[in-house]
Amino acid sequence: MQYKSRPEQIRKAFITSVPVMAGYVILGIGFGILLAEKGYGLPWAFAMSVFIYAGSLQYAGVSMIDGGVSLITAALTSLMINARHLFYSISMIDKYKGSGRYKPYLIFALTDETYSLLSDGSVPEGCEPAFYRFMVSLFNHCWWISGSVLGSLMSSSLPFSTKGIEFSMTALFVSAFAEQWYTSKEHTAALCGLVCSVISLLVFGPADFLIPSMAAIMVCLIILRRRRI
Amino acid sequence: MNHAAALIAVMAVCTVLLRALPFLLMPDSRETPEFILFLGSYLPPAMIAMLVVYCLKDMDFSAAGHGVPEFLSVISVMILQKWKHNSLVSIGGGTILYMILIRILL
Repeated sequence: MQYKSRPEQIRKAFITSVPVMAGYVILGIGFGILLAEKGYGLPWAFAMSVFIYAGSLQYAGVSMIDGGVSLITAALTSLMINARHLFYSISMIDKYKGSGRYKPYLIFALTDETYSLLSDGSVPEGCEPAFYRFMVSLFNHCWWISGSVLGSLMSSSLPFSTKGIEFSMTALFVSAFAEQWYTSKEHTAALCGLVCSVISLLVFGPADFLIPSMAAIMVCLIILRRRRI
Repeated sequence: MNHAAALIAVMAVCTVLLRALPFLLMPDSRETPEFILFLGSYLPPAMIAMLVVYCLKDMDFSAAGHGVPEFLSVISVMILQKWKHNSLVSIGGGTILYMILIRILL
């Protein structure tokens, strides 16, 4: 098959990543401001966003750094908050096969948002899968880093009210959910995710529901698979 | 400052470990087991549903607005997605509607 030119593929990847831009820049700014308020300026925000690149953990990280928690606490907190990434990676094992030299970065940069853009496995026509996914991941990473850097350069919040713009992240996941719902005849997995998460949220509360709901989703999917065989 | 740098390193290593572990266990050279293929097609919709719930987890129905801005905006994203199948349109539309609603209703 004939692939499109690299610049054309980069353009496609850019368009795919645009829905993440607003949310990442704004949440990144929020992170940068918060970190700067604790006395850790630009190099710190930059380093965290380049090397950790996980939104909710970086927010938690601000208070861990400020409070000077132990390394063990930091490790356990990171593993708890980011446990869902295990599941993202599991579902990308086959899709990222044969990505060659792009693979290490694709794995490193698999955030919630990047996952929601790439998890259905489709790639625009004429794009080399590994290169296209690499560019989408890289653009998202750049939005996040730019936001953090901007935030740490600002002394206070933005001059205009951006209240509510963080809803763009919710909207991103809702649109990914809706798109797969409308284009697929198979709704069992989506319903299973929805029901398990809502029940876990009601039982365990907003702070602790992710791990129980992941466990419940896994159990449901295993049962579902047994039934199919 | 040294401790802060160490904390950042720990957070970075733990995160990348979680992301890399499944790939390390299943390198390219191994044929993907049938169960992993199954998870590859069934996990994404379930995880995305979980992320939607995660984003809405702090909704408080007893607070001002009673969750109406969130509800209407989520519905509008779903309708726009059905209509245009363009995530830029649905995310942009839903977010703008949400920003307007919280300014009117709260």
